[in-house]
Amino acid sequence: MEVTSVTNGIIIDHVPAGTALKVLSYLRIDPTANRLALIMNTSSQRYGSKDIIKIEGDRNIDLAALGFLARQASVCIVRGGRIVEKVKPPLPEHLVNVIACKKPRCVTGSEPGIDQAFHLAHSDRQEYRCDYCDEEAEL
Amino acid sequence: MSAQTFLVNQAIPQSPHSPSGTLADSSRQPPLSMIGRSLVTLDDLSTGQIQELLDKAHYIDGHRGEVADSCKGRLLATLFYEPSTRTRLSFETAMLRLGGQVIGFAGAQQSSVSKGESISDTVKTVSNYADIIAIRHPKEGAALVASRAAGVPVINAGDGGHMHPTQTLADLATITSRFGRLTGLTVGLCGDLTFGRTVHSLIETLCRFGGVNFVLISPEELKTPQYVIDCIKESPSCSYTEVKDLTQVIGDLDVLYMTRVQKERFFNEDDYLRLRDSYILDAGKLALAKRTMAVLHPLPRVNEIAVEVDADPRAAYFEQVRNGMLVRMALESSLLGVELPGYESVGAAGMKQEQEVKD
Repeated sequence: MEVTSVTNGIIIDHVPAGTALKVLSYLRIDPTANRLALIMNTSSQRYGSKDIIKIEGDRNIDLAALGFLARQASVCIVRGGRIVEKVKPPLPEHLVNVIACKKPRCVTGSEPGIDQAFHLAHSDRQEYRCDYCDEEAEL
Repeated sequence: MSAQTFLVNQAIPQSPHSPSGTLADSSRQPPLSMIGRSLVTLDDLSTGQIQELLDKAHYIDGHRGEVADSCKGRLLATLFYEPSTRTRLSFETAMLRLGGQVIGFAGAQQSSVSKGESISDTVKTVSNYADIIAIRHPKEGAALVASRAAGVPVINAGDGGHMHPTQTLADLATITSRFGRLTGLTVGLCGDLTFGRTVHSLIETLCRFGGVNFVLISPEELKTPQYVIDCIKESPSCSYTEVKDLTQVIGDLDVLYMTRVQKERFFNEDDYLRLRDSYILDAGKLALAKRTMAVLHPLPRVNEIAVEVDADPRAAYFEQVRNGMLVRMALESSLLGVELPGYESVGAAGMKQEQEVKD
């Protein structure tokens, strides 16, 4: 598949090898309801191997979620078959309703109507912790 | 009244790993107002504000009569979803000794939670009755949920194994009363250093003040978590050693903080029974300690401190109980914005002196 095969849409490049399906899931992009292509475990000069996600059509990508899930990824915006913009997802300070806290004693497991919220506790280690119980985030 | 919480901007990383200055630096600054705010974790307070509460608690102790009507007409609600004797009584006594009144429940079976009511709904309801709320809940993060839902200040009186900020204030008040300072001390912590929330909170808070040498005494199974070790490492003026034998280090300590090996933190009773008796302080071990050492314990104890130690002047754990009440009096009055007759904050006094010099 070539880049030009996306006319108007986005390409998420440099997704860590083998994680494209998981990234789609956390970005809440349903593969059965979108026109998309996945290239998995392809070679990468920078990282050795990578996945690529190509999506036809306009849609919003949660860059904060992508920054958390695939820090090295880049998002290319395609218009008329050409890449018109490249965006690097930031390492988000805060994640809301992207992942859920897995600690059984956390209040998020029982209290209705509250967000699943994590904050960046240690940027060097890219360590996120639950706002409520301080448990480290797990995918 | 609309309560602000200190944790509104969660985009800012929490401060346990970023010490906010030394006592010497912060105590020169007048503390920012605590009026109308909630206390979920001690990270919500600056070191200056913590010092202010300790100063206020000390003042209250010496001026019980003067402050006895400070909170007249104010109402504290204690929402205790799990059993607690001293913490609930301490919060309630604190308000009663300031002239206020108390409502509340002790045990989830006595509240609408048994009908399935959420924490938020209970707190929103109680906000219409009371001026301030103290909440204890077995779920971690419950106090944060309550503080966001409440229209009045909320104090975390313990949320599961997570935070218990007023216990740490009581610990700090006791260390201050014994040594006149929080820095330049060798502080030993002994027993359950894995699950002991009071230990973690005390270490993290002392790291913010700096100048403490920690001695971490525990069996292999109950060692200090890495994130707490990281906190010490990131405090340039603090250091630590990890040992397994209390007798080997007790002679070096200024403070010995004993902890209970808590049955409710174990999933396996065999593990609990095996480790429960690992570290017991008795008269024999105490004979090896400095004459000025202070023995602290968050209580209740099971058998980790022999009863014979109670009569030793180094036993400070019942002083901690009194200091717990005093810091809760200081906290409740501060969050309610109640002035204590005759009390002038150190920060405010310093400002006034500077002004007088300029004039």
